[in-house]
Amino acid sequence: MNYKITHKTEYSYTHPVNLCYNEARLTPRNFAYQACSDSQFVVEPEPKECRERQDFFGNTVYYFTIQQPHNQLSVTVTSHVDVNGRERQRDFAEHLAWEEAHRQLHTDSDPDILEMRQYILNSPMIPAMPELGTYAAKSFTNGRPLLEAVEDLTTRLYADFIYDPDFTTIATPLADVIKYRRGVCQDFAHLGIGCLRALGLAARYVSGYIETDPPADQQPLEGADASHAWFSVYLPQLGWIDFDPTNNQIPTDQHITIAWGRDYADVTPLKGVVFGSGTHELSVGVSCERISE
Amino acid sequence: MQRADITNSKVIGDSYELPKFANVPHGKQIDEMLNRDRQINLHWHNFIQALDTLGLPEMESRHAEVQRLLRENGVTYVVHGEQQGHRPWELDPVPLIISNTDWDTISAGLTQRAELLNLILTDLYGERRLIKDGLIPPEVVYAHAGFLHACVGLTPPGFPYLLNYAADLARGSDGRIWVLADRTQAPSGAGYALENRTALARSLPNLFGEVGVHRLSFFFRALQNSVLDMQYQLESATRIARHQTDNPHVVVLTPGPLNETYFEHAYLASYLGYTLVQGDDLTVWDGRVWLKSLDGLRPVDIILRRVDDTFCDPLELRQDSRLGVAGLLEAIRQGNVIVINPPGSSVLENPGLMPFLPNISKQLIGEDLRLPSVATWWCGHPKQRDYVLANLRELVIKPIHRQLGGRPVFGTELSNAQLDTLRAQINADPHLYIGQEHVHLSTTPSLIEGKLEPRRAILRSFLFREKEGYAVMPGGLTRCAGEKGELTISIQDGGISKDTWVLAPEPEPHISLWQQRTERIQIAKASEGLSSRAAENLFWVGRYAERAEGQARLLRIMLDKAKMGKMGLETSRLGRVSPARLFTETLGEDAREVSELTYLRSMLRSLTGLTSSHPGFANKSEQSLENELLSIMLDTENSASLVSTLQALVSAAYSVRDRWSTDTWRVMNSIENLCTTLEKSVPEDQDAGVQILTDFVLQETELASLDQLMIFLAALSGLNAESMTQTIGWISLDIGRRIERALLLIVLCRSSLVAVKDDWIEDLLLESVLTASECLITYRGRYRSALHFPTVLELLLLDEGNPRSLLYQLKRLEEQIRALPRERLGYRLSEEEQLILEALTQLQLSNTIDLAESTEHTTQRRGLEKLLVRLAQILVDISDVLTQTYFSHVQRPQQLTTTSL
Repeated sequence: MNYKITHKTEYSYTHPVNLCYNEARLTPRNFAYQACSDSQFVVEPEPKECRERQDFFGNTVYYFTIQQPHNQLSVTVTSHVDVNGRERQRDFAEHLAWEEAHRQLHTDSDPDILEMRQYILNSPMIPAMPELGTYAAKSFTNGRPLLEAVEDLTTRLYADFIYDPDFTTIATPLADVIKYRRGVCQDFAHLGIGCLRALGLAARYVSGYIETDPPADQQPLEGADASHAWFSVYLPQLGWIDFDPTNNQIPTDQHITIAWGRDYADVTPLKGVVFGSGTHELSVGVSCERISE
Repeated sequence: MQRADITNSKVIGDSYELPKFANVPHGKQIDEMLNRDRQINLHWHNFIQALDTLGLPEMESRHAEVQRLLRENGVTYVVHGEQQGHRPWELDPVPLIISNTDWDTISAGLTQRAELLNLILTDLYGERRLIKDGLIPPEVVYAHAGFLHACVGLTPPGFPYLLNYAADLARGSDGRIWVLADRTQAPSGAGYALENRTALARSLPNLFGEVGVHRLSFFFRALQNSVLDMQYQLESATRIARHQTDNPHVVVLTPGPLNETYFEHAYLASYLGYTLVQGDDLTVWDGRVWLKSLDGLRPVDIILRRVDDTFCDPLELRQDSRLGVAGLLEAIRQGNVIVINPPGSSVLENPGLMPFLPNISKQLIGEDLRLPSVATWWCGHPKQRDYVLANLRELVIKPIHRQLGGRPVFGTELSNAQLDTLRAQINADPHLYIGQEHVHLSTTPSLIEGKLEPRRAILRSFLFREKEGYAVMPGGLTRCAGEKGELTISIQDGGISKDTWVLAPEPEPHISLWQQRTERIQIAKASEGLSSRAAENLFWVGRYAERAEGQARLLRIMLDKAKMGKMGLETSRLGRVSPARLFTETLGEDAREVSELTYLRSMLRSLTGLTSSHPGFANKSEQSLENELLSIMLDTENSASLVSTLQALVSAAYSVRDRWSTDTWRVMNSIENLCTTLEKSVPEDQDAGVQILTDFVLQETELASLDQLMIFLAALSGLNAESMTQTIGWISLDIGRRIERALLLIVLCRSSLVAVKDDWIEDLLLESVLTASECLITYRGRYRSALHFPTVLELLLLDEGNPRSLLYQLKRLEEQIRALPRERLGYRLSEEEQLILEALTQLQLSNTIDLAESTEHTTQRRGLEKLLVRLAQILVDISDVLTQTYFSHVQRPQQLTTTSL
C-alpha cells in the first residue's frame, strides 16, 4: 500500500522569538514491513542549520535551529511510504505461551534478547503501578499464548477506556488515565505497555499515522487527524508485533510507522527550546492519502 | 621494625596513649598511624616527632589559625536542609599520611581502574558489546538514570570519554585499600584538597619541610596541559581538522552560587585561569558554543562542567533545566566543543557495576583489578539477591543510582519491621538495589578537642586524562566522621576534612602554575572571558558598595547627633542607651530644639531618599523617627535597609567569586560577618514587629560596627581601585560606583538643600551634607570661611578636582562609557554616550549663584531642583541602557512541544 503523508505543524507566537532549537522525529522508518522512499522537510523561516542523525532506537532525528526573529514557525514534512503490512498472525495458539516467552526473555543469553530486556524496565512516562499488573492479569491466564493474551488486553483497553481528546494532554500522568478511564491513543499505548511490563514482558511505543481517508466501504479510524500511536510486544523468535488499542486492531497496512522507543518521550514528533518572552499557539494537520494499492 | 623513642605506646581503652597524647583505637580496629602491634608506622614518625616538639596546645592554636585562614579565604560548603547557608569548611590540621610504597600501589590501581572505566563508558555509549556479550546485565545500565539515550554516539570512537575521574577509597579490616565508590561525571573535591593544602602549608610550614610531602601543583599542571592538548586529541580521533587554536578558550560551567560546592568551582576557575560561567552565559550558534560577553559572542572550545549530566541540555535532556545550554549535545556531536566529562558519564556512578568489574577487566584488558571494589552483590541476579536477603543485617543496602533517593541503609541499624519493609522494597525492584559489605574502615588520628582521637576516614583521589594514560593527584581529599563510631561520612552531615600527605622520597621544587604556560598562552584581550552576567554582577557590586557607604555614613551622622543631644559630652561611655530616649531628650520644647527637629527631619529625608524606602521618614511624626532609623539600619525585611544592601553586595560579589583577589575576598568576608552580627542584634521575634524595634536598645557595639563597616568599605574601594586590572570587569564595577555615588549626592542635595530654611538650619544642613559627602575637610581647607551656600554647591557639584563632586563622577562615567566595547556606526554616538554628554553639558552650563539664589517669596530653589531631577533621570536611564545593551543577553528559554496526538 502506497501513501503520501503530509504533516504540518505550526507555532504562532505572541511575541517574536529570536532563537530556537528543535528536534523532529517525523521521518517514517524503513524496516522489513515498510519502505519510506522520500521524506522532505520544509521549515519556515528557513533554518540556519539543519542536520539529520539516527538516534539510539534507529529513528531519524531532524535537528534544526532558527537564529532570526520570527513570529511563526511552520514545519511541513511530506513523505512517501510503501507499507507492506506483515501478514496477520492468525493462529496465536501456535506461538509461545506467555510464561514461556517470559522465561526466554529473562534467561536467554542471545544478544538480541539481552537488548530487548531494556523494554521491560520502567520508562520516564510509564512508571510501575500496581493497578497495571492487576488489570493485565485478567488477560494473562495460565498457559495462554502470548499473542492471544495481548489481543485480549487490547480489546479490553478499547472497551474499558473512552477516547476523549479533551481530557488529556501530554502532561497527564498515567495514573489519571487509569483513574478516569479516558484518554487518547498515546495514553492507551502507554497503558498497554505498562500492563505488559508489569508482567515482565518487553513492550515499546510506536508513533505513526493511520490512513485518513479509507475507501468508502471502510470506517474511518480514530486519531486520524494527527499523528497516531500504538504499542508493540516482543515475542522471542517472532520479533515485535504491533497492537492498536485505540482502534482495537492489529495493524497491518493502514498504519505507517514513524518511530519507536520506550514511550512518548523517546519519540516526541517535534520538540524545541525557544528564546522569547511570549506564549505560543499550536496547530497540527495531517493528511495520509492512499496513492495506490 | 625501626623503633623511635616515641613509639613505646601502650594501649589503654580506645585512645591513643602516646608519650604526650591520649586515645588509641581499641581491639582489632585497623589504624593508619599504628601497626598491628600498636606501634607507630614508620611513615608517621617524622610527623609525630614534629607534633611532639610542637605540643598539642600549640597544635590546637594552629588549628584555630587554619580555621581562621579558611574562613577569611571564604572556603565554604553550601548546606541544604535545616541549617541552610554557607558553612565554613572544617579542616583538621592532622593529615592522613600515606607511605610512598602504599601510594605506588594505590596510584597504579587507580590508573588501571580509570582506564577500565573509560573503556566501559566508551563501549556503553558506542557498540554496547559488554551488554550483548553478557558481561554486564542490561538492567544495570538501562535501569540506571545515568544512562542517557541521547548521548549514544555523542563523542567520536577514538576519543576518551572519561577525562576526569575520582574514587573514594578506604582501608578495610584486612589492611587493603578498597574502592568504595566511583565519581565519573563531575567529581568535586580537588579544589578543596588544594585549599586544604594551602591553608595547612601556611599555618604549619615547618612540618612540610620535615616530613617531605608530594606537592599537588604537579597534578594541576598536568590537568592544564592536557586540557590544552585536548583539541589535538579530538582531531586525531576524528581525523577532521577543527578550528582549533593554540589558546583554547576554557570555561568552568557551574550551576551557580547555590550549588553546594560553588566555592570550589570559583576557586578552581581562578586557580587554573579559566572563565567561570553559568548556563545562561553560554549559547549555541551555528553549531558552536559561545560565551555571551560584553563585546559580543566569544567562541568556547572546552567546557569543564560541574553541572549534572541531565541538566546539560534542555533540548535533548531534562527539559526543565535552567542550568544547561540548549543545543550543547549537538555541538559536541559536531566536534565543536569538548565537555569534560561528556554528558552521560554518570552511568558509571553505579555500584551495580562493581560485581562485574573483575570479569570485565579480565576480558577487556586481560588483568586482574589491582584495587578491589568493596564486596557488592547486585540483587537483579537471583543468587546474589538471595544472598543479600539472607544477610540483610550485615550489609549496607544502596540503590544503583542516587536519583532513586535515599542514603545507604545499614542493615545493622534496622528493626525487624524495617528489615521486612526493605526486603519487600528489594523484591519489588531487585535490579535497582545492591548489597554491599559493611567495611570497617580504618581510623586515623584526628585532633578533637585538643586530643588525638581515632576517626574513620575516606580518601577521595583525583585523576585526569593525559595524552597517554592518567595523571593521579598525589594526595586527595580525606574526610572523617565527625563523631566517634559514626557510619556515614559526608561533608553534608558535618564530617571534617583532612589534608592528605603522600610522602615524597626527596623534596620537590615548588611549582607555580603560571610559569609553564607562557609558551602556549598568548596575552588575553582586555575583555577575554568576562561574561555579561559577570559584568552585570560587578556593576552591582559597585553600586551596592557605594550605596552601603553612603547609608553608613549618613546613619553615623544621625547617630552621632542623637548621641550628642542631651547626653552632652558624656557620650564617650554610651553604654546601653535607647536612641528613643536620646531623640526625645534631644527634641526638647524650646525653640532652638524645634528647629533642630526640622534639621533632623531633613537629614532623615535624605536617608529615606538614599535608600528609596518610601514611605519612610518623609511624612512621619517624631515618635517613629527612631523606628525608621533602626529599621533602615538593621531590618532584613526592609529591602532598603543597610543590612539588605550589604546582603545584596555580598551576594553579587559571591556570584563573581572567581574575580576577587584573596585580600579582596577577606574584606568581603569581614563585611559578610559584620552583616550577620548586625542582623543578629535585632530580636528574633518578628511578630511583635515595630514594637520590638522601639524597645530595642542600641548598644555601643552596633555603633562601633558602623565605624568598622566604613573601614571595610574603604578597604574594598581601595582594593578595587588599586588591585584590579583595569579591564572590562573593572570598568563595569567603576561605572556602578560612579552612577551610585552621583545618585546619592543628588538625593542628599535635593532633600537638604532645595527647600529654603532659616539661615542657621541651613548652616547645619550644609555642614552635614559636606560631612556626608566627605567634603567638609576640603571645604575648610580651601575656603577657611563660614559656610557659604554657592561655594558649597560649587564644591559639591562643579569642582572637577574634588573626587566627591558630581562633575567628577560624571567625567569618570564618561571615560568608562567610552571604554566599553561597541561597534561604531559612522560618527553617531551610542545611546549611553548621548546621555552622559547631555548630563555633563547640563551640569557644566549651570551657575551656582543662580542655583543657590533664594528670595523671601520662595520656599524652594527651583533651578537647583530642576537640574538635580533631570540629572538623576539621566543617570537612571544610563543604568537601564547599559543593562539592556551589555548585561542582559540573557533570555529565558521555554519548551515547545506538540501538545496532542
